[in-house]
Amino acid sequence: MLELKNISWSIPNGRTVLKNIDFPIPDGRLVVITGPNGSGKTTLAKIIAGLEKPSLGQILLDGEDITPLDITERAKRGISFAFQQPVRFKGITVRDILELSAGRELNQVELCDLLGKVGLCTRDYINREVNAALSGGEIKRIEIATVLARGTAYSVFDEPEAGIDLWSFSGLIKVFEDLKKNEKGTQIIISHQERILNIADEIVVIADGVIRDMGERDKILPKLLASDKTVGECPVERRISK
Amino acid sequence: MNETANELLKTVTDVDGDFKGAYNIRINGACASRQSTEHIKLETKPDAPGLVVTVDADTVGETVYVPACVTAGGVDDLVYNDFYIGENADVVIVAGCGVHSDDSADAKHNGIHRFFLRKGAKVLYKEKHIGTGKGAGAKRINPVTDAYLDEDSVLTMDTIQLSGVDTTERKTTAKLAENAKIVVRERLLTDGEEYAKTDFEVTLEGKNSGADIVSRSVARGNSRQEYSSLIIGKAPCIGHTECDAILAGNGKVYASPSLDAEHEDASLIHEAAIGKIAGEQILKFRTLGLTEAEAEEKIIMGFLK
Repeated sequence: MLELKNISWSIPNGRTVLKNIDFPIPDGRLVVITGPNGSGKTTLAKIIAGLEKPSLGQILLDGEDITPLDITERAKRGISFAFQQPVRFKGITVRDILELSAGRELNQVELCDLLGKVGLCTRDYINREVNAALSGGEIKRIEIATVLARGTAYSVFDEPEAGIDLWSFSGLIKVFEDLKKNEKGTQIIISHQERILNIADEIVVIADGVIRDMGERDKILPKLLASDKTVGECPVERRISK
Repeated sequence: MNETANELLKTVTDVDGDFKGAYNIRINGACASRQSTEHIKLETKPDAPGLVVTVDADTVGETVYVPACVTAGGVDDLVYNDFYIGENADVVIVAGCGVHSDDSADAKHNGIHRFFLRKGAKVLYKEKHIGTGKGAGAKRINPVTDAYLDEDSVLTMDTIQLSGVDTTERKTTAKLAENAKIVVRERLLTDGEEYAKTDFEVTLEGKNSGADIVSRSVARGNSRQEYSSLIIGKAPCIGHTECDAILAGNGKVYASPSLDAEHEDASLIHEAAIGKIAGEQILKFRTLGLTEAEAEEKIIMGFLK
């Protein structure tokens, strides 16, 4: 189990972005962390994956303090991270990056399975470079596939819906619905999309750097949708929610 | 043939074992073995050291191997190879050169290749360069390529140099007739104190001729690279030249892609990008479990693939 213990994070010589964030992430659950823009959600995701170090506090993995571990070591301990803005590479193909993620060569069936899970056709993508020629929706799906290829116990997705078009959005939601149904492990999704909140087991609401509310989806989501008073402004974008 | 020569030839040609089909193996400035086929003749050049390679019209699917290697310091090899490719032939030419020096004397190979592609001919020209050996003697390779493309012909040059060549100066020129195309994919990695210079000059003389020249390079250590390219459009044509370079360590790269449109319907583009590996790329690979050094290596090898 992952546990965040009194995590605080400040901009160097600047304001405090996260203050005493403290909650457990039980194994096998889909936890959505939501909140207004600028509330510190992405920073928290990066702290879990080791891309940022907390100013104070600890991250425990099955009771072990992994706070001092760097990105590589945390990845090896079974934490995966999908970037909000996926990185592009010249010369690295979809096959290359999926094999790097898996840590071994993948056969056609395995590649087909991985890309199929994110709604891409293997034949069209396997030899394409992960470069600027891919659309925002395509690269998001490939980013998610890299996390699936790792098959780790913990997967962190930072705003998977950010930067993708309306048409790709529905497909993306289906990817996460299928993930929840078919994949084992714990998933932590940073999001403020109602349809992603709808598939959460648990929701954590962060605003102004502190936890405003948290608990089972059925308890938290109605409050979020009913009123924006919980967090000062509504964190849920409804425009493309149905 | 000694073990060094075998290793170098295997590396530059990817042939493990005996060569088949048409080939000429050049070792330390002399012909070690040669074979012609029914449709591809390899003959000694009458006026200079080197070969005349003649590919009959309509020859399709054959490969010609003309690798060279220098296995010791003190050798300064100079070779002139001419390739005459008949109408509508479609062949692969595997050249490439390996130089080795275990002593204090330089090992040097200068290969001057001329290509004459007749109407409708297609050539894939593969050239790999490598330097090996622990001697203080410099390993130097200086290839010159001059190509003359008749109408509807296509020359694809796939060149790669990944390690061990202390200095290289490459000069490539091409003149293209109507509907002819040249595609160049150059990959270059320099390290230590190595120096590499590449210079392309392509003249698009015929209507609808085209050039696509892409160079990807990595400069590591204290190495230095210079890239120049010039596409001259003298007719309605399409030209593209691109230099992408990654800097690692104290590597230095000078890039100068240039264009000369001498016809109002010439459409020419140039691009150049030089910089370190993006920090985000390293981070992404680290989240996959790679160390920083492993991530950098994977990014560079993918870039040069």
